[in-house]
Amino acid sequence: MISQLLFFIVLVVGFGFFSFNISKIRKNISLGKPLDRSDKKAERIKTTLLVALGQKKMFQRIVPALLHLFIYVAFLFTSTELIEIIADGISGSHRFFLSKLGWVYVLLISTIEVLSALAFISTLYFLVRRNLLQVPRFKMSEMTGWPKLDGNIILYLEIVLLVCVFTMNGADEALFLQGKSHVAGSGSFGFLISSFTAPYFFNYFDVETLIVLERVGWWGHILVVFGFLNYLPYSKHFHIVMAFPNTYFSNLNSKGAFNNLSSVKEEVVKMFDPSFDPYATPAEGEQSVPDRFGAKDVEDLTWKSLMDAYTCTECGRCTSACPASQTGKLLSPRKIIMDTRDRLEEVGANKRINGPDFKDNKSLLGDYITEEEIWACTSCNACVQECPVSIDPLSIIIDLRRYLVMEESKVPSELAGMLTNIENNGAPWQFAQADRKNWVDE
Amino acid sequence: MSKEITKLRVPTVAEMIANNERPDILFWVGCAGSFDDRAKKISKAIVKILNYCNIKFAILGPEESCSGDPAKRAGNEFAFMMQAIQNIELLKGYEIQKIVTGCPHCFNTLKNEYPELGADFEVVHHTQLINQLIREGRLLLKGGGKFDGKKITFHDPCYLGRANDVYEAPREVLEKLDAELVEMKRSKAKGLCCGAGGAQMFKEAEKGSKEINIERTEDAIEVNADYIATGCPFCNTMMTDGIKHFEKEEKVKVLDIAELIANAADL
Repeated sequence: MISQLLFFIVLVVGFGFFSFNISKIRKNISLGKPLDRSDKKAERIKTTLLVALGQKKMFQRIVPALLHLFIYVAFLFTSTELIEIIADGISGSHRFFLSKLGWVYVLLISTIEVLSALAFISTLYFLVRRNLLQVPRFKMSEMTGWPKLDGNIILYLEIVLLVCVFTMNGADEALFLQGKSHVAGSGSFGFLISSFTAPYFFNYFDVETLIVLERVGWWGHILVVFGFLNYLPYSKHFHIVMAFPNTYFSNLNSKGAFNNLSSVKEEVVKMFDPSFDPYATPAEGEQSVPDRFGAKDVEDLTWKSLMDAYTCTECGRCTSACPASQTGKLLSPRKIIMDTRDRLEEVGANKRINGPDFKDNKSLLGDYITEEEIWACTSCNACVQECPVSIDPLSIIIDLRRYLVMEESKVPSELAGMLTNIENNGAPWQFAQADRKNWVDE
Repeated sequence: MSKEITKLRVPTVAEMIANNERPDILFWVGCAGSFDDRAKKISKAIVKILNYCNIKFAILGPEESCSGDPAKRAGNEFAFMMQAIQNIELLKGYEIQKIVTGCPHCFNTLKNEYPELGADFEVVHHTQLINQLIREGRLLLKGGGKFDGKKITFHDPCYLGRANDVYEAPREVLEKLDAELVEMKRSKAKGLCCGAGGAQMFKEAEKGSKEINIERTEDAIEVNADYIATGCPFCNTMMTDGIKHFEKEEKVKVLDIAELIANAADL
C-alpha cells in the first residue's frame, strides 16, 4: 500500500513538473514573430513521418544512424512497457499483462530485451565516441562545459536504465524458476535474453536478495524514466519531443527562397507611387513601420527560429558541413542555434521573474553572436540540408544581418560599395547600366 | 574560323517589339554575364546555343538591372526590394512569360522571391534549357572526340543544387559529351560551396585557416579532372582562382556547361 502511494506521488510529481516546464517553453517560443506555417497539411504530415519518425536524414551517415536507431526504437518499445509499470504501480499487481496477453506478452518483452541489448551496445559506443575518439564535431569550442556534460549525462542515464531493465527481468526470472515470483506458479517466463542470463547471473543470490534486486530494478527503471522525462526540458535531449513539431512546421519551399519583408515592400511601393502622400495620416488599421527591421534579439526572430533552438540536439552535422567552419572561420551554425536557445532561456526567465517588459540591456547579437560570425556565412544552405530535424540556422543569420545593415548601417566596407553600386547603377560593380549590352560586340 | 566571324544575333525586347515581334523566352544575362570579362564569354556561349537552335529570344540590354540577390543576402532588403519591384514592373510591361538565366543566383531570386511580389513567369537555368534542347533533338553534339578520354567533374552551384534541387539537368548535359563524368567526394546535396555565395563574392573572407575555394579546388584535383564544369559565373571565378593557386592552369580548365556544349557542337 505504501509503495502504491509512493508510486502515485512519483507519477503526479513527474508528469506535473514536466507539464510545467513544457508550458514555460511554449511561452518562450511564442515570444517570436508571427509566421504562417498552417498550409499544406498533408505534405507536412508526410514530411514528419519521413524525417522525424522515419529519421530519413540520419541515414546519410549509416553507422551513427543505425546505432541511433537502436536507441530510438528501444526507447519507443520500452515506452509500451511503461504502461504495464504504471498499471502495476497503481494496482499493486505484478506483470499485469502477462496473464492477459500470453505469448504476445513474451514476444513483446523479448523484443524489448533484444532492443535494449542493442541500445546498450550503442550507448557504450556513443560514450567512447564522444569522449575517447577524436570526432571533430564533438571537440569544438561550443561543446565544452555544460553541453559536453549534458551529452554524457544522457548516455549514463541510458546505461542505468538498461541495467535496471535487465536486473528487473533477470531477478524475476530467477525467482520464477524457484516458484518465488509474484507471478503464480513456477518455470521460465521465456523472455529471450533474461531466460538465458538469469541462470548465469542471478542463481547465486538467495530469494530475499533476488526480491530486493527485482524491486530495485523496477523502481530504478521507473525513477530513471521520470527523471529523464524531467531532465529533457533542460537538455539537448529534448529533441526527442521537438523533432516532431519542428519537422511538421519546417519550410517546404525551395531552400533558396528567402522571405520578403512585407514592411519593406510597402515602403518601397509607396516610394514608386506618384499618388502617395507621405504627409497623409495613415488609414485606420494600416500597418505602420515595424519596431525593427531584422533581428537584434530573440524576440525579433520568428517563432519557428525559436522552436529550432529548442529542437537542436547539438549533433554538429550542420557545422561539419559548413564551408566557413571547415576553413577555420569563426562561424558554427550549431553555435548560432545554441546561442539562440541560451539567450531565449535568459529572456524567458527575466520575463517570468521581473515582468514582461523587463530589459536586461543584453541581446543575441553582440552578447552571444558576433558580427564576424554572421558575415562569414556564404548562405550555401549546407547546414539546413544536413540537419536531421529540420532546423534552419540560415534564416537566423540573415535576420541578424538585416538588423545590422538596415538598422545600424554596419556592413563590411566592400559590401557597402557593392550596395551603393546596386542602388546607383543597378549592378554590384561600378558599370553604367547603359553598357549592359556591350558584351555582344566585344 | 568562320564561326568566330558569325555575328551573334542578340536583339533586345524593345527592338523586337518595335518590329512587332515578341520573344518566346527572355535571356536574363545578369550583372556578371554583362560586365565580368570571364562571364561575358559564358553569355556568348549561351547565345551561340540559342542562335543555333533558332530560339526566338531577346535580352533586356540597357533595361536590365541587378536582380537584387547580393543585396538581399547581404541583409539590405530595401536595396533588394527597389530592384525587384522595378524589374517586375518592366517584365510585366513586356508580358514576359518565360526567362532563362545564365546565373543560379538570378535564377533563384527571379524564380522564388519575385512571385510573391507580383511576378508571374516561368524561370529556368541555362543548363535546364540546354538539357531540354538536347533531349528534343534540336541541339546535336557532333562528338568529334574533343573530350575523348578526358575527365569532367561538375561543381554544383549552391543556388542551383541545394537551393532549388536541380542536380540532374547539368549532369545529363555533361553525359552527352564523349568524356567521363566523375563526381567529387562532395557532390549534389553534399556539394561544397565555392565560397562566393551570400554576397561573399564582393568582400574579403573572414579570418580563417584557408580560403573556401582552395578547399573546393582540392576536391576537383583529387579526382584528376581535366575540366571543372560550372553553372555559375561566381563559381567559375572562384574555381579558376583555385586552379591558379595550385598552378594547374595547363592541366585543369574551368568552363561553364554552356561553353563545353557550344564547343562540342562546333558553334
